[in-house]
Amino acid sequence: MAQPSKLKWVILAFPLLLFIWLTIFLLRGLFSDPTELSSALVGKPVPAFELPDVYNPEQMHTEAVLKGRPMLLNVWATWCPTCQAEHAYLNKLADEGVYIVGLNYKDDSRAKAVNWLNTLGDPYQVNLFDERGMVAIDFGVYGAPETFLINMNGEVVYRHVGDVNDRVWQQVLGPKYEAEMATYLKQPMETEPASAGGQS
Amino acid sequence: MRVMTMFWLLVVLAVSSAYAANLQTYTFDDPSKEALFRELINEIRCPKCQNQTIADSDAPLAKDLRDRTYLMVQEGATKQEVIDYMVARYGDFAYYRPPVQMSTLVLWLGPLVVILGGAGVILWRVRSRSNTDVGLSAEEQAQLAKLSAANAVESTDAANQQAGRNKGNQS
Repeated sequence: MAQPSKLKWVILAFPLLLFIWLTIFLLRGLFSDPTELSSALVGKPVPAFELPDVYNPEQMHTEAVLKGRPMLLNVWATWCPTCQAEHAYLNKLADEGVYIVGLNYKDDSRAKAVNWLNTLGDPYQVNLFDERGMVAIDFGVYGAPETFLINMNGEVVYRHVGDVNDRVWQQVLGPKYEAEMATYLKQPMETEPASAGGQS
Repeated sequence: MRVMTMFWLLVVLAVSSAYAANLQTYTFDDPSKEALFRELINEIRCPKCQNQTIADSDAPLAKDLRDRTYLMVQEGATKQEVIDYMVARYGDFAYYRPPVQMSTLVLWLGPLVVILGGAGVILWRVRSRSNTDVGLSAEEQAQLAKLSAANAVESTDAANQQAGRNKGNQS
């Protein structure tokens, strides 16, 4: 046995290290949600679109409504129970001055959507109506609710899948939104902030 | 037994008819486009129900994606164009064949590393075993000779005794 003992230790430690690595790997898997996909759109400008308003079918909005300032784009529908659960919190955020645009995703009917906003409150500055879900596909939406954080240049910064609640806002979305707001407020105020209307 | 067979037949029938229902609404004039469409919907993953292709899935989103695939194929899109379209929106996840890149390297090279590692361990063990098989020292040689001589004497004694006993038994 003329093996150097150092090599022996390395060989003996190898299975242990492999085990530790595997444990960490699997332990992480235990606490991660595989249904939460990161958006392929992060860092990219929002896709081009033209959608009617929820209240007024005549009024058309384009992707221009998502540019000019940091904002949230919330994807919702009346058939989605989780959307109902998060709606009160969105109202609260809107009251605090958070700029939110709503994208109604494949709702049963326009009347239902309008009724929802009239009874539960309307936290949205702009209400987009995506009847067939084609714009939602361009956003990579695969369920509702989903919430996109968009910066002042109209680029997707982050996408949250599932409801926005106090925990999500405090820990994830809020700090990111505040950071975008800070950059937005720091720049010289020559660019015009997005108007709530959009063009027709 | 017969009940079970019937049950499984029904299950298979239900699954295959659902699958057929997913495809019924798409008609093609060009068989090559139809083939491309079928190939694509069986390789694109439904982002909603993650372990199904958009052909398998009954989710509304899967239907939308089939519709979109159908439109693109009808408009003459190539396979790569449709895949790029899906990947741009839903990420690499959307395509059942992951691309070779840093984050997926472990998927592509993992099996090779395991095989090479196993071969390495086997080789190393075989080598180290033949290395330890060294000759005996002079002292050990002498001891071995002494032992085997003693053993030989002993065994011939024992053999003789055995033979004698056998003879006695025979007579």
